[in-house]
Amino acid sequence: MEKIHFVVHDEGDSVGVIVVEDVKAQDMLSGWIMDQDKIVNFKALNDIPIGHKLAIKALANGATVIKYGVDIGRTVAPIQVGEHLHVHNVKTKRW
Amino acid sequence: MAIDLKNKVFSGYRRENGRVGVRNHVIILPVDDLSNAAAEATANHIKGAMALPHPYGRLQFGADLDLHFRTLIGTGSNPNVAAVVVIGIEEQWTQKVVDGIAATGKPVVGFGIELHGDIDTVARASRAAKDFVQHASSLVREERPIHDLWVSTKCGESDTTSGLAGNPTVGNAFDKLYEQGLTLVFGETTEITGGERMVANRCRTPEIAEQFMAMFNRYQDLINRHKTSDLSDSQPTKGNIAGGLTTIEEKALGNIQKIGRKCVVDGVLDKAESPTGPGLWFMDSSSAAAEMVTLVAAAGFVVHTFPTGQCNVIGNPILPVIKLCGNPRTVRTMKEHIDLDVSGILRREMNLDQAGDNLLDVIFQTANGRLTSAEVLGHREFVFTRLYESA
Repeated sequence: MEKIHFVVHDEGDSVGVIVVEDVKAQDMLSGWIMDQDKIVNFKALNDIPIGHKLAIKALANGATVIKYGVDIGRTVAPIQVGEHLHVHNVKTKRW
Repeated sequence: MAIDLKNKVFSGYRRENGRVGVRNHVIILPVDDLSNAAAEATANHIKGAMALPHPYGRLQFGADLDLHFRTLIGTGSNPNVAAVVVIGIEEQWTQKVVDGIAATGKPVVGFGIELHGDIDTVARASRAAKDFVQHASSLVREERPIHDLWVSTKCGESDTTSGLAGNPTVGNAFDKLYEQGLTLVFGETTEITGGERMVANRCRTPEIAEQFMAMFNRYQDLINRHKTSDLSDSQPTKGNIAGGLTTIEEKALGNIQKIGRKCVVDGVLDKAESPTGPGLWFMDSSSAAAEMVTLVAAAGFVVHTFPTGQCNVIGNPILPVIKLCGNPRTVRTMKEHIDLDVSGILRREMNLDQAGDNLLDVIFQTANGRLTSAEVLGHREFVFTRLYESA
């Protein structure tokens, strides 16, 4: 079975989770979309640690981020496909 | 090969009140901070007795005091405990805890320190503890149907792999156990933030959903009243953020994977309150691991499942805590803490159904007596939830 580098819960999600160590910028990554059991490929734009997310959809500043098919927060900067998405560019809508 | 749960049995200790335990502890339970020294001295020379020191119990009042007593009495009443020696600075509150535990029918006796001093108290408590340990050691396990098991869950130091692997593995196991009529509990009121409607929609009746939402909203109000920032420094925790979790909503959606896809929420519980029947219960509780696990132990749960990502190393003195993890780096770097490795899910080497069955195997092995990593490593975090300041 093809090695996967990231996992996506649902194809409507904005993000995937890196599940291998040592992903470097410019690496070509294979991702598995669990709910639809599909494989997708993207290029990483940054070094991304295991467990951290990459954007699989382009997001404008202030856009809603979707994971598990649900709203998990808003962007505070524009984010490109393949970019590291975390606390530096996404914030909670709660609290 | 799927497990035949319908005919599955485990070997446990049937207690006087009919509940079944999977451990056979004799505990020395201090009522208050002042009694820790005598409790620890007693446990120190009575082999097979375990002291449960803690920092509270003085000048508490109202609902906070009620919770203190409920936690103490619930801990002593847990079927994983064979017998209890209670030690308190004052006779009266000591007796209140003794009477509460005695309602289960198990052996329990209390000693007050005032008018005696520590040394005489330790001598009296030691004689009682010696008899209790010998009594407990004569008890034998018997085969019981699995619906006698009460299983709790709470995750900790989660990361994104928790939502992908560890938590849905618990959810898969809970779906299977729920069908067999077990008593199950989850909680962590604040860590449902962002997924509260999903939990409300899983409640059996609109009344239960309303009770759940009232608990959820009360906790949100508490946070909003006291917060000085958006809580992004503590919820998610630094460890959560290091593990890749970005917002409380993301953490919460991973968290609620633990209640599976089929379980229905059959009722809500106050902190340390025991369920009145089988099914899945929601306990209004802190998301801090040791506090929450202490509360479900006091509610009578006998096996705990604890999915983790970055690896919170928590245990509990009387409730065996099973750790499972889907993060391959954590499994490698913290392996002595992990009872079940489910990182294969992320490599597509196993599916959730297989991982759920593997967890059920570990739950039954633990119920039958196999010690968890946290037990062997000596993790005995016994942490009370406080509601407000002492008088």
